[in-house]
Amino acid sequence: MRAGFVFSEVLTGLRRNVTMTIAMILTTAISLGLLGFGLIVAKLTDETRTLYGDKVQVQVYLTVDQSRSDPDCTGAVCQGLLEDLRGNPDVASVSYESQEAAYQRYLRTFASQPEMIAIVRKEALSATFRVSLVDPQRFRVISQDFTGKPGVLSVDDQSEVLDKVFSLLNSVRNVAITIALIQAFAAVLLISNMVQVAALSRRTETSIMRLVGASRWRTQLPFMIEAVFAGLVGVALAILGLVVAKLTFVDKIFGSIISTGLLPPIDGTYLVFASYWLIPIGIVLSGAAAYATLRAYVRL
Amino acid sequence: MIHLSHVSKSYKTSTRPALDDVTVHVEKGEFAFLIGPSGSGKSTVLRLLLREEAPTGGRIEVAGRDLGRLRRSKVPQHRRRLGCVFQDFRLLTNKTVEQNVGFALEVIGRPRGAIRTIVPEVLELVGLEGKARRLPHELSGGEQQRVAIARAFVNRPLLLLADEPTGNLDPDTSADIMLLLERINRTGTTVLMATHDNTIVDSMRRRVIELQLGRVVRDEARGVYGVGR
Ligand SMILES: Nc1ncnc2c1ncn2[C@@H]1O[C@H](COP(=O)(O)OP(=O)(O)O)[C@@H](O)[C@H]1O
Ligand SMILES: [Mg+2]
Repeated sequence: MRAGFVFSEVLTGLRRNVTMTIAMILTTAISLGLLGFGLIVAKLTDETRTLYGDKVQVQVYLTVDQSRSDPDCTGAVCQGLLEDLRGNPDVASVSYESQEAAYQRYLRTFASQPEMIAIVRKEALSATFRVSLVDPQRFRVISQDFTGKPGVLSVDDQSEVLDKVFSLLNSVRNVAITIALIQAFAAVLLISNMVQVAALSRRTETSIMRLVGASRWRTQLPFMIEAVFAGLVGVALAILGLVVAKLTFVDKIFGSIISTGLLPPIDGTYLVFASYWLIPIGIVLSGAAAYATLRAYVRL
Repeated sequence: MIHLSHVSKSYKTSTRPALDDVTVHVEKGEFAFLIGPSGSGKSTVLRLLLREEAPTGGRIEVAGRDLGRLRRSKVPQHRRRLGCVFQDFRLLTNKTVEQNVGFALEVIGRPRGAIRTIVPEVLELVGLEGKARRLPHELSGGEQQRVAIARAFVNRPLLLLADEPTGNLDPDTSADIMLLLERINRTGTTVLMATHDNTIVDSMRRRVIELQLGRVVRDEARGVYGVGR
């Protein structure tokens, strides 16, 4: 089979069917652009999680009595808590800060504020377990399990802030992916329509091909290439859209949040990551839609 | 070459069967007319031989192949051994004469070099040398049918099927086309031609198979179109 010959068939087909092709390309572009956006937010959520995973620790404060009577955590109560924490599958690591260490840290933190140092009493400070989590989104588990246990004063898990950040990111991602799926459905219908129109407008060619014994595969190939080509143009537009969105919109709006360290920086790797998925998805989407249409509707 | 044994065909949308218990054998190298009034089932026979349709009953064998056992994926191979021409020529209007003929070779994957030598040979055979670069609308009806015949013959088929190939042509041009079909027949190609053109049938004195309402009513070795016509 000769590539040049097939290619010229494809070009003629696309030109003959230009409005439909444009509609299909734009729908595919919007669909894949949104999907790319969803993928980027998903990755952002992941990276935020790791960002916080390094920083966020759940603090388990021990009661003052417990802190004073067992400063080195050798007693049964303190050891019991430590064992429970270490045995918990959500816990990545635990470190113990004694009352003395807490006091020293307090002194260091407020070294330049003598009035703060004046009011502190070492006996009033709590020893603390600092707990790092495998999945920082599961911070609440620790406070549920450990609040009210003997020897535990309170558990501080910063749940409110984290809840907000993660739920915002998750819902943005879900909305983007939902719209992307609806758009993808529309794109599939348009591809199917495009293929049907193309096949109809080239009935004579295909009927002659059938007559002289061209294989089904050879007869369908130009239509498939046409759809995949249009799909790839859609992918290119989608990626271009994401690049423009990043330069004009994301960098300006999220720039300040990112510089506070609340969100990780959104750089070029996000676009590479999105493209990495969008290109094969675009090819498979358009190719499969065309193939299914040819099988189902078009007699070749 | 062609063996139809008790073949019947009923289309889903019609009550009367298009073919009803048709048994016909055509040997290799024969030239046979398939005649009968419009609607008698001539085109249906050709479509069955091409495996565009499957029979409702009976057995069809073409060039030693049982079409009932032919897998779907083998249908293209089957068609490569046949050539087919129609009343309406079915040329690609945006392709030149040589491109139209070459198309039949290109789409079955013949190499470019082979196409470049085969196409001019066949155009010469059908009497179209010097018109290779013309578009179909720059040709007369008879010349267009020659292009179609060249395309059907370019792959050197064992069997040439023709469905009213002279239906759109005036008598003189029709006679020329018949000469061409005869010449193709003399190369050893079996020819089966559906027609209701009595002048042609009467002048050729070849085998005549007559259909009426889907049944074979006559099969004569050197026939004429029929009495009372
Ligand atoms: N695709 C079809 N669907 C339904 N009926 C058909 C179809 N093709 C042909 N027929 C019917 O089958 C009968 C034979 O048709 P055809 O083989 O075309 O006859 P001919 O070529 O001799 O004019 C006619 O009654 C015709 O109406
Ligand atoms: Mg007919």
